Formats: sequence, C-alpha cells, structure tokens
Amino acid sequence: MRKTMERPLNLKHFFLMFLLLFTFTTFAQDEEEGGYGDYVPEVVANADDAKGKELFNSLCAACHKRYKNATGPALHKVTDRREMDWLYKWIVNSQELIKSGDSQAVQLYEEWNKVAMNAYPQLGEEDINNILAYVEMPKPEPKVDVAAAPAADAQGGGGISTEIVLGLLAVVLLVLSVILYLVNKTLNRFAEVNGIPVRADKPKGKPIWVAFAENQFLVLVAVVFLLLAVAWGGYGFLMQVGVDQGYAPIQPIHYSHRIHAGENQIECKYCHSSARVSKHSGIPSLNVCMNCHKQIAEVAPETQAEGEKEYGVDYNAEIQKLYEATGWDTSTQSFTGDTKPVKWIRIHNLPDFAYFNHAQHVTVGQIDCQTCHGPVETYEIQKQYAPLTMGWCINCHRETNIKVEGNAYYEKIHEELSKKYDVDQLTAAEMGGLECGKCHY
Amino acid sequence: MKSLITILLIVFSLAFISCSDKTERNYQYFPNMYVSVPYDTYGEYEIFPNEQEALTVVEGSISRGFTPYEYEDNAEGYAKAKEELKNEVPYTEENLAKGKELYNIYCATCHGENGNGKGYLVQREKILGVPSYDDQGRAITEGSVYHVMWHGINTMGSYASQMNNEELWLVDHYVMKLKAELEGKEPREFETESE
Repeated sequence: MRKTMERPLNLKHFFLMFLLLFTFTTFAQDEEEGGYGDYVPEVVANADDAKGKELFNSLCAACHKRYKNATGPALHKVTDRREMDWLYKWIVNSQELIKSGDSQAVQLYEEWNKVAMNAYPQLGEEDINNILAYVEMPKPEPKVDVAAAPAADAQGGGGISTEIVLGLLAVVLLVLSVILYLVNKTLNRFAEVNGIPVRADKPKGKPIWVAFAENQFLVLVAVVFLLLAVAWGGYGFLMQVGVDQGYAPIQPIHYSHRIHAGENQIECKYCHSSARVSKHSGIPSLNVCMNCHKQIAEVAPETQAEGEKEYGVDYNAEIQKLYEATGWDTSTQSFTGDTKPVKWIRIHNLPDFAYFNHAQHVTVGQIDCQTCHGPVETYEIQKQYAPLTMGWCINCHRETNIKVEGNAYYEKIHEELSKKYDVDQLTAAEMGGLECGKCHY
Repeated sequence: MKSLITILLIVFSLAFISCSDKTERNYQYFPNMYVSVPYDTYGEYEIFPNEQEALTVVEGSISRGFTPYEYEDNAEGYAKAKEELKNEVPYTEENLAKGKELYNIYCATCHGENGNGKGYLVQREKILGVPSYDDQGRAITEGSVYHVMWHGINTMGSYASQMNNEELWLVDHYVMKLKAELEGKEPREFETESE
C-alpha cells in the first residue's frame, strides 16, 4: 500500500513530494477508511499497515487494544500524545526508559499500576512505524448491519417461505373443498330439475359397529390386539419412569458448547479438567472462563447475528452476565471483588447409591467423552444424551475391552484372567465390572 | 360410549405431552436413596456462605503432598523465578510425552501445537497477541514458564487450577523443548529414570 521513503531528498523535492504524497494518501484513504487525522506523523502515515497488523496481532494485542483500554492503554492516537523518538525507545525497552528517569515514562508506569511492558528488541524503527500505522487507522464504522441484513434475509427467508408455502397449500385445499361442495350441490340441483333420481336415498344397512359387534371372531382378535397394545404402552410407560434422557433445562447463562468445543475446537478437558484426575468432572469455575474472556468481551459480529437469528440469544449480553458473576470491570480491566457464583443446573445426575468415577473411565479407560455424553460439540444448549440407566452401564461393560497395554497394574491379572476365560482381550464385565459392590458398595 | 373413548384418548395424549417436557426432570417412583444425605460435591446448601458447598481452604494451610509456590505474583517475583527456579522433574521421554498431552489440551489452543503463537484461536482472530516461544524480548526460561503458568501474566490467566504442580512441570519441559525447536537448537538429552 503505502511505502516508507528511504532516499534522502533535498528540501525542495522533499516538500513537493510531501505535498503530493500527503494529498494522495489522504485522498486515497478518504475513500477507503476515512484517512488518518492531521496528528499522525508522516513516517507513520506512509508505513505499511498490513505488516503492522500482523506484528500488532502477534506481539502487542495480548495487552493492548486499539480503541479500548486493556491490560495496557488504548493505543489509537498515541502518536498525538507522544513524540516518535520517545515511542521508539519505549517500545523497544520500556523498563530501561523508566530506569533512566524519563518523566513521561515514569508517570505512565505509575498510572498503569506498575505493570511492566515487555521489551521488543527485535523491532526496528520501520516495524514500529508499521505497527503505529495500523494502530492509527480510524475505527471502522460498524458494518455489521449491512453485512448481516442480507444474510438474515437469505437464511431467515427459508424459514418464512416454508410457512408461507404450507399456508398457501392449506388455503388451496380449503378452496378446493368449497368448490367440490358447490359443484356437488349444483349437480344435485340439475338432477332434481331434470327428474333424474339421485342415489342418495339408498336403503340404510346396519351401522358398521353393530356388524362388528355381532362377529365374535373379529371381536376376539380385536380384544387380543387391544390387550397387547395396552401391555406395550404400559410397559413402555413404566420403563421411562425416572429416566431423564434428553433433559435440557434452561441455564442461568446461555453457554454454547457448539461455539466453544465445536467452532473453536477447545479441548473438552480444557474446561472440565478434573475429569482427568477426579471422580467428578466438575463444571469449570469462573477463572477458567476468564482465562479467555478477559480478552474476548464480545463475540464476532457474524456469531452475534447467528445467535440472535437462530437461537434468539444475545451472546454479548451473556458474556456480560459472566462479568457480573466474576466482578470483572471492563472499563478498568480489573476485578471489583464483588462476586456471585453462577447457579448452573446439573443435568446428568445419578442417584446417590451409585458410584461413578470419571477419572477411571477417562484416564484409564480412555473412553471418548462423546461415547457417554453424545456429540456435545454440536449442542447449542446442553442436554442429556444417554439414559444413564443401569442397563446402559452394564451393556457397555459387557462390550468394552480393558486398555491393558502400558498399564503395569494389569500385567499379572490380565495374564491369569485371560487364561481362565481363554481370551486375548478382557471386557470390563470379565474383570468383575458387573459386581454389585463395584458401583453400589 | 363414543364420548368415553374420546375422553380417554384426550387424557392419554395429554399424559404423553406432559411427560415430554424436556426442561423438567422426569418423575421418579419412590426415590428412596436418590438424593444424598451428605453434602454433594459442588452442591447448593443454605448453611454455607454464598450457598456454595465448595469452600475455600484457610489461607496459609498446606495439604499433604502439596508444595506451595513461593514466588510472588509481580514483576520482582517473575524476575526472580526466571533467574533461579529450576525444573526438578526428570526430563525423560515418558514425562515429555505426558507434557505434550497436557500441552495440547491446555496451551495449544492459543500457543499453537509447535509453540509459535499461532494456535487455532489466534488463527480465527479470537485471541490475539500470543507470542512465539522464541520471542527475544521475553527470553523465557524454565522458571519463568512455570511462574506464568502458576500466576498468569497480563491477559493470560493462571492454570494452577487445571493442573497440579507436577503436571505444570511436565508442561514446562515440553514448552522448553518447543522453544529449543523454534530456535533450531539441538534437542536436550533424555535423563534416565534412575532418580
């Protein structure tokens, strides 16, 4: 895009070039992005903001945002506030500058709670110019509405049009039946006028249910079927008592596994870390949320639009609920200390008399999370996938082989039991995984 | 007769509809030992502050098998840890494999599988500013890596709640290995398991 000037020029040329460049760049930028303000020094205005973006994203963005305070201050318009020379020194090694007693540096350090900024000896002046060029780009106008509106039309149109089609079909059906009725009526009238007898007055036979009741065989068969149906229905009904398969309560915060585990491919054990080592695979505490959401205060505009359209959820508002619970103040980027725990609703629940241990299934058994919890990474709201009934547990213990490789504990017992059952692979059931005491004490 | 059948049908269908409300738990038959008498882990009980069963331990107490981390969460603590803290866990192939597994769960999502700061979330521009491990300005050491994992630094949070002491040291080994790879250095020799 814009190039840094490298050749030394004499003053006259320089002035001309400067004028030309300045008018040119401002003109070009006016079309693109509104242009840099007057405050931006020329070296910065002519630097390459694309390279700057790359550098900024990899080095600076951990602590700085362009238009908002983060761990460090918002950087936009920094070239207006500070001298270029000072900026070069500060960015390359801020601690040295503070130690040298530079008044601006010391004041800044004090103001930001003495959080030390990292040194960047690898950055040359040109790199810094590029970064500043990216930093000084004016804030883009929110284009979300423009971009989202047609998308909403295109996708939302699908939902609406099926409804319209169905409605139209219903109307057509209604019109057809009315027409049929009218035609029938007119034809009857014609027949009446022309003296043709209409077949409507044929002699009435016995009602069909009387005929049915008089046929004893049919009644017997019907009764048998009825009894079978009642037994089937009754048994099915009794078997689902106390089974919570598909249970999906409304949680206090609309947390989407689809976005976290699905789209962003965050490993399951990142948040549910205790599944590796504990009986409980706990719900992550809020510090785990804040590991990422310190930096992510808003979802991407596409995600936001998708949430509002498909699920009726304002994701950004849900993130604010998290901040409220942790007492995180986004304006000062600090914790207020005013916390209140989130009252998540537990979905998977075993009765108290059953013992289940996550660690021995996840770490030792190496069972995939999805085997028991279903394709969680596709769930917008969490629901219970498996029935969690005893039959379901036992079935899996009968079919699943024990992971004996690399587990010294199994060496001897595996050898002996394999001989006893004359098999290579032992299932959990053969290891005694069906004994009452294993799960119910 | 007919009206009786219709009424029965309506009652049945109503019963089925009411059963299929998925935001409520199903009903239970004589839930004798279903609800635990003792306190459930992470349960909610009025007796506790904030109604949380999970209480925090008294500050300064040390449970068995736990070594407190003594470097403070500030610039001096960081500098000190960077200087003098050493990884006591033996550098064996097995330990490195464990470290890799943990690294890929907890770190790789931002720092990338080879530690160059280009993890999946960075590629999607969700989280920005993740440095590569060979960043010269940071010049990470065993001690500084551990310190940052324990306390967190700036935007990065602490990982001490997700991994225990030893696991953090395992990850530390793997991080240093990735750093050596990025800098094109010779891989460190494995120690034998004699210790």
